[in-house]
Amino acid sequence: MADPMRIRVAEKDGLVTVRILMSHEMETGQRKDSSGNLVPAHFIRSVVATYQGRTVLSAQWGTAVAKNPFLEFSFKGGKKGEKVVVSWEDNKGDKRTDEATIN
Amino acid sequence: MKTAVRSVFLLAAAVIAGCASISDEEAARRALQVMKASFDERGQARLDRLDQDEAQKLCSVPPATVLPKETVERIEKANLASIRYPADGKLLGDWKSGEKIAQNGQGMQYSDDPKRPAGANCYACHQLSKDEISFGTIGPSLLGYGKLRGASEAVQRYTYGKIYNSQAFTACSNMPRFGHKGILTEQQMKDLTALLLDPASPVNQ
Amino acid sequence: MKRRSTRRALFAGAALALCAAGPAFPQSAVDEIAKYRQQLQDGNPAELWEARGEDLWKQRRGPGNVSLEGCDLGKGAGVVKGAYAELPRYFADADRVMDLETRLAHCMVTLQGFKFEAAVKRPFGNGSNRSDFEALAAWITSESKGVPMNVSLSNPKEREAYQIGEKMFFFRGGTHDFACATCHGETGKRIRLQDLPNLTDRAGAQAAYTTWPAYRVSQGELRTFQWRLNDCFRQQRFPDLKFTSEGSIALTMFLAYNANGAAYNGPAIKR
Repeated sequence: MADPMRIRVAEKDGLVTVRILMSHEMETGQRKDSSGNLVPAHFIRSVVATYQGRTVLSAQWGTAVAKNPFLEFSFKGGKKGEKVVVSWEDNKGDKRTDEATIN
Repeated sequence: MKTAVRSVFLLAAAVIAGCASISDEEAARRALQVMKASFDERGQARLDRLDQDEAQKLCSVPPATVLPKETVERIEKANLASIRYPADGKLLGDWKSGEKIAQNGQGMQYSDDPKRPAGANCYACHQLSKDEISFGTIGPSLLGYGKLRGASEAVQRYTYGKIYNSQAFTACSNMPRFGHKGILTEQQMKDLTALLLDPASPVNQ
Repeated sequence: MKRRSTRRALFAGAALALCAAGPAFPQSAVDEIAKYRQQLQDGNPAELWEARGEDLWKQRRGPGNVSLEGCDLGKGAGVVKGAYAELPRYFADADRVMDLETRLAHCMVTLQGFKFEAAVKRPFGNGSNRSDFEALAAWITSESKGVPMNVSLSNPKEREAYQIGEKMFFFRGGTHDFACATCHGETGKRIRLQDLPNLTDRAGAQAAYTTWPAYRVSQGELRTFQWRLNDCFRQQRFPDLKFTSEGSIALTMFLAYNANGAAYNGPAIKR
């Protein structure tokens, strides 16, 4: 499985803020290596975050997203102590799922 | 612009003077020893790059150091003597090539291909043409260089000479000695002279 | 008449000062870059290296199948908090001054049973070819975040290292006659558009030293101070500064001591 994400989730005044740091090369497929060969594209294609089974974020990414991407978003209605689950899948079929408890 | 008193060094100097330490001469000797043992040759960078000539030895001092007048004159005289002007007497090349050479920061690093020509990397330290905003400030601005000075033979000789060996005119200059150290070819230095002096050059618009 | 000439002199002086200093990057642009850097701090990919480093510290590895948790970074075996703020320092068990990476290599050899050459095989990572040193350095330095730099010169070998480092800093050499001081010896200078810290000035040394290691966005890698020194020398047209060489430790000693008093602020994020 790919490298773990770093996820921090905090709730304040009813708003839950999720901060995720993902470990991924996010290769665009346009770069050339030192021998002059194209480095194949390898990037996260979809991101899904759920809370109590409900999707709170769904994203489709492309090659414009930077290496080791940082994602921050918010949603309402989450409670401290509950979990947020984040999953990504890339164009090669690699996946990663991690979870964090709301602070 | 000289910097203010460097409290950093004073503090360390106090500690070193107050406790048992090695002398400054011993530190210099040990430093050379340590350096020789701390580098590996790699690519085109051989260990002889650590061998210092007289100017390098004398100039290995803090920037604010005022060297004795005789030392300054000795360095400038020796470096002036090293300048080789083009045999054909023509000092002005092609400013368009000069601009490319001024923009190019490659050459002589252990990561560089020794077969490719080196650049002068002028923009690392100097402003040159008005349109290039990505310029450094380690050296003075050269915008309008030729406009201010004209392109008389004397100015051409000074300009080419400065590029060939900056320390001929300013002992311990931060500027590399492009001709004397074999960084640039004669044609490249002619092209840079033109970049600075040719009225059509972007430097003089 | 007197007032007019004074005004003219002042004006001429001001104009000359502007000419002498050269065109400066507008302060507004410098401030905007600083604001941008602040925003990047949240979500610094260096944290990915920190997580890996913490695992590596605790993992049993090497022929000895031992973790690094017994490694003494200067504040006692296994004490990581605040250790980086006091490095480099003299270690009696090795009878020499060591910086962080040198001490880590020492523990990899003496505790975990690695051979030195094997331990330092990959000092700097590149994509999927990762360096354990960069991960370990990321985590260990993060455990000194906020701690004031407190490097000591109490041992004669520490003082010698400082003096040697100082000589190296001003050493003009190579094809281009560059010393560290050529770029880092004056305040307010930049190379192209990259501002240069004046490392001979306390404030400059503090700001610069306390932000390494850093995630280098342009490389997509976390880089340590050993890397920074090696890459500076490469650009100075010097040969290859050996990883954990005595010269690299001496230079680090010189710069770390000069940064004393400032709160350590790494791992940071840089362009």
